[in-house]
Amino acid sequence: MPTFKDINDASRLINETFYWAFVSPFKGKPIRVKASISEMVKAGYNSVPIVAVISLFVGIILALQSAYQLKRFGALTYVANLVGVTITRELGPIMTAIIVAGRSGSAFAAEIGSMKATEEVSALISMGINPVRFLVVPKLIALMIMVPALTMFSDFIGILGGFILAITALEIHPYNYYLQTINALLVKDIVTGLVKAWAFGVVITIVGAYHGFKVEGGAEEVGRRTTSSVVSSIFLVILFDLFFTALFYYFT
Amino acid sequence: MMETAIEVIDLVSYYGDREILKNISFSVPSKKITVILGGSGCGKSTLLRHIIGLSKPTKGNIMINGKDITTINERELDEFRKRMGVLFQGAALLNSVTLSDNVALPIREHTQLKESTIKIMVRMKLDLVGLAGFEDFYPSQLSGGMKKRAGIARAIALDPEFLFFDEPSAGLDPITAAGLDELILKLRDVFNMTIVVVTHEMASVETIADYVIMLDKGEIVFSGILDELKSSDNQRIRMFLERKPETEKFLPDDFLKVITGD
Repeated sequence: MPTFKDINDASRLINETFYWAFVSPFKGKPIRVKASISEMVKAGYNSVPIVAVISLFVGIILALQSAYQLKRFGALTYVANLVGVTITRELGPIMTAIIVAGRSGSAFAAEIGSMKATEEVSALISMGINPVRFLVVPKLIALMIMVPALTMFSDFIGILGGFILAITALEIHPYNYYLQTINALLVKDIVTGLVKAWAFGVVITIVGAYHGFKVEGGAEEVGRRTTSSVVSSIFLVILFDLFFTALFYYFT
Repeated sequence: MMETAIEVIDLVSYYGDREILKNISFSVPSKKITVILGGSGCGKSTLLRHIIGLSKPTKGNIMINGKDITTINERELDEFRKRMGVLFQGAALLNSVTLSDNVALPIREHTQLKESTIKIMVRMKLDLVGLAGFEDFYPSQLSGGMKKRAGIARAIALDPEFLFFDEPSAGLDPITAAGLDELILKLRDVFNMTIVVVTHEMASVETIADYVIMLDKGEIVFSGILDELKSSDNQRIRMFLERKPETEKFLPDDFLKVITGD
């Protein structure tokens, strides 16, 4: 269980990360743009294939599952509505977040953790370089941009998956499916999904960095912390999802 | 009397419940090589971490050039950190970037120099430590001794006043270690740096030390010049110098009690 000290450490990390990301750039300490771009490539661009494949499959699965029920009411065309709304509001953001947590969140924890174990973090501090600014902020910027971007991509591919199944196996007319989707989707659905995705990006970065900085011993602890970073970021992503979904349900 | 650069006053440090440093006071002369000597676990690495501002002591003060670094804030501490260089035990180079980027790191962070100037500075520093031509190598492609040299190049990138070494010869063969000692002497003579070396290697101490501070179980047992250390008749110092093992802690009967748990 987290102790008082853990909570204290985590809130200090959040505080420092946001300070170096949003306050210090206006005080003449700019963000490391080059490092941020390279993190974007690693966390975002490189996960395009896996996000594409998983989103396509989930789109197909979702269309199949909803057809199973809707067929009984003769409402097969509503597969388009169900797929469109579920993917943009819920499954697109959450699947992307889980993939990014597994790929990048764990990588952040492992990278920072092994730097801690080899005294590289101490070396940065001794050179007067803040490790949060140097290591965490570029990752935060990268995920704040790339998780929403990947989510949009995942939304598109997921709906495409549903579309492919509907026009082949369910024999719905492509133009009908297209019209149904367009009519069912509101801008609100897509935007709330992207807001969630942005928050998930922040959560994954902070959790990965937190576990990385917590490493005190050697390689064995790096492994342990990497595992717990994935577990706790997936847990927190779902917790935040619940919170945001409830919020959007009542206030939009 | 020698000019004082660093003064440690009544320093107490705990690791959990264990007292690591027990109320120690000493001063480090300026522009000389001071060796902090002591066996494993005597608290010398902890002491170094306090002096370079990596962790705050439980009690006591550390004055560097008349400024107390235990009470100043993080920003003032960063200003001080620009004027010091540290070589960590494993060199602590950033493994994800090349040697030249490692050495350029503090220069890029703390100055607005042009990239072409930085390139020349990096080459000069690498040349000084005998690593000219290794600019584009990654730390993982180098031997232990070369890594330490590269670590020194990074530590002196901004021509610091103070240089700290944590066990520079640990894990190195005698020839490489001797080369490193020579480099440390060169840095003192050519750049007039105040150098603090934490070590337990007597061979290295004999070559480089201007001033010796010896720690034992968290207490200072000696401070003075090398000759005085050698002629000391303190029992712990003699054991250290003559490489004698610790005497049996328990009498046979007590030992039996310890292992049977009664």
